[in-house]
Amino acid sequence: MKVYITLGLVLFLILAIPQLGWHYYTILTLSFFAYATVLLGLNLLFGYTGLLSFGHALFLGLGAYTTAWLTSVWGIRSMEVILLTAMVAAVLVAAPIGALCVRYVKIYFGMLTLAFGMLFYSFLLKFYHLTGGDEGMRVLRPLLLGCDLSGMPKISFLIGPYYYYLVTVLVIATGVMWRLVTSPFGLWLKAIRENPVKAEALGVRVRRYRWYAFLISAVYAAVGGALLGPTIGQVDPGLTYWTQSGYLVFMTLLGGCGYFFGPLLGALVFIYLQDALMSMVPYWRLVFGAMLAVLVLFAPEGLLGLLTSRRGRKTVQVAVS
Amino acid sequence: MMLQAQKIAKTYGEFRALDGVTLGIDAGEFVSVIGPNGAGKSTLINVLTGLLKPTAGRVYLKGQDITGVGPGRLARLGMARSFQLVTIFPGLTVLEVLQVAVTSRLRRGSCLFASLARDREVMAQATEVAELFLLPEKLSMVARQLPQGDKKLLDVASAFALRPEVILLDEPTSGVSTQEKHTVMAILVAAAKRMGIRSILQVEHDMDIVFGYSDRIIALHQGRILADGTPQALQENADVMRLVVGHQGRPPGFGRSA
Repeated sequence: MKVYITLGLVLFLILAIPQLGWHYYTILTLSFFAYATVLLGLNLLFGYTGLLSFGHALFLGLGAYTTAWLTSVWGIRSMEVILLTAMVAAVLVAAPIGALCVRYVKIYFGMLTLAFGMLFYSFLLKFYHLTGGDEGMRVLRPLLLGCDLSGMPKISFLIGPYYYYLVTVLVIATGVMWRLVTSPFGLWLKAIRENPVKAEALGVRVRRYRWYAFLISAVYAAVGGALLGPTIGQVDPGLTYWTQSGYLVFMTLLGGCGYFFGPLLGALVFIYLQDALMSMVPYWRLVFGAMLAVLVLFAPEGLLGLLTSRRGRKTVQVAVS
Repeated sequence: MMLQAQKIAKTYGEFRALDGVTLGIDAGEFVSVIGPNGAGKSTLINVLTGLLKPTAGRVYLKGQDITGVGPGRLARLGMARSFQLVTIFPGLTVLEVLQVAVTSRLRRGSCLFASLARDREVMAQATEVAELFLLPEKLSMVARQLPQGDKKLLDVASAFALRPEVILLDEPTSGVSTQEKHTVMAILVAAAKRMGIRSILQVEHDMDIVFGYSDRIIALHQGRILADGTPQALQENADVMRLVVGHQGRPPGFGRSA
């Protein structure tokens, strides 16, 4: 019950933000929606299946470049078509990469995903005529549900229709992910994380289900990336650099990878904190580094772990399973 | 013949862990494999369950060649196993552990959007197994917090929840206190009967248990079968008594019967 009340309050706040008149923070929240979608997927792989990917920025970048490519090269501006294309592209790219990566676990899986991420980064950088090289590509304003809103000023578009569009997509993505993790499929992923040998002995096709988790998480990352495109207006290879993958992992750890909503909280705190720190000190990365160290040592369950552990184990169990 | 192994050999370099082992288990049989440490018992069970590929020889389940097919496919074909060391999912609850097995048996893993909590069939089967294994009050406990004996039971229970026709138990009472051993065995035998498990093959060190519950005993020594027969016959076999039973310093007791 408490969970529902909290969720309702959060949703109400999110819907109210654009009305407060803080345009800057409203636009910052758009990044949160995009990253939250990416992290929902990353955590299916990391928190639920136990595979830590250090190359998820690849799929984020894939989604972002899909938006750029479709809008500015092919003139396809329907956001729904863009999202669908990003999902299909993610499956096509993730299928072979995933099939190879899930043959390995732990650090080997992490290194392989990192390697593929770097390959994609180099591809974006070097294939200038396709990707615009280090200058990247422009993202034109998409049509939302077929409505052409190019007449609106940029800010009004972002804090108005686009904002609510992203809220809707995130709510749907969260709902779908919730169904996934509470289904027999989700239970099998957790079983694989806990003990792959035992899972296999109980008839779970471990490698195949790891691959499914990889595909789904890639699709989520690509959708998040596609949503990010119009927010930033210009995509460049930096989106897929390995530090970006590192930030994704950091956000997940910050919020708490053992919780369904942990990564979302992590994304929120990270984005706002990064913004605040960047305007205050030039070495904001130093602060984040120190935070990460403290987090791993003293709060391995992340912020949500800290918040819920005081209120007893019951809420924790609701969150985990 | 439910399970059959023909001339199984497994070598590690020069070392012959198994050397021409041939055995068979009929429907309705409870067979124990005994032997001193290093006799090849664990290798045998790992070969039978497809975890290891034998160097030579074949394994058949109900006439179907299952040599080296791997534990996952075997589970789907009707043969399950439990492990010597407790292998559970430490972070899952007792109910969840059993649900993994039940959903596997019912082929529900690819139900991406079905609600597990509302699946009455899965729930009913999982609780039924929990009741057979005396775990019903502990359904919501996280497996890692269970006492050692219950962990062992849960491990075996999850294998039973697959409702296999043949089950292989690798030392089902290891790590269980002497007083509890017979309780565990009684639970096992009763559960097997209730769940329609037709054949049981166990590896066991405790001679009380072996001689008390088995229909047939297979004694391994240095990778070969030393004897294969009823408890009575093995009791009268001087080699077995000297090399296998005596080795463990425990006389077989006939105090109990299954």
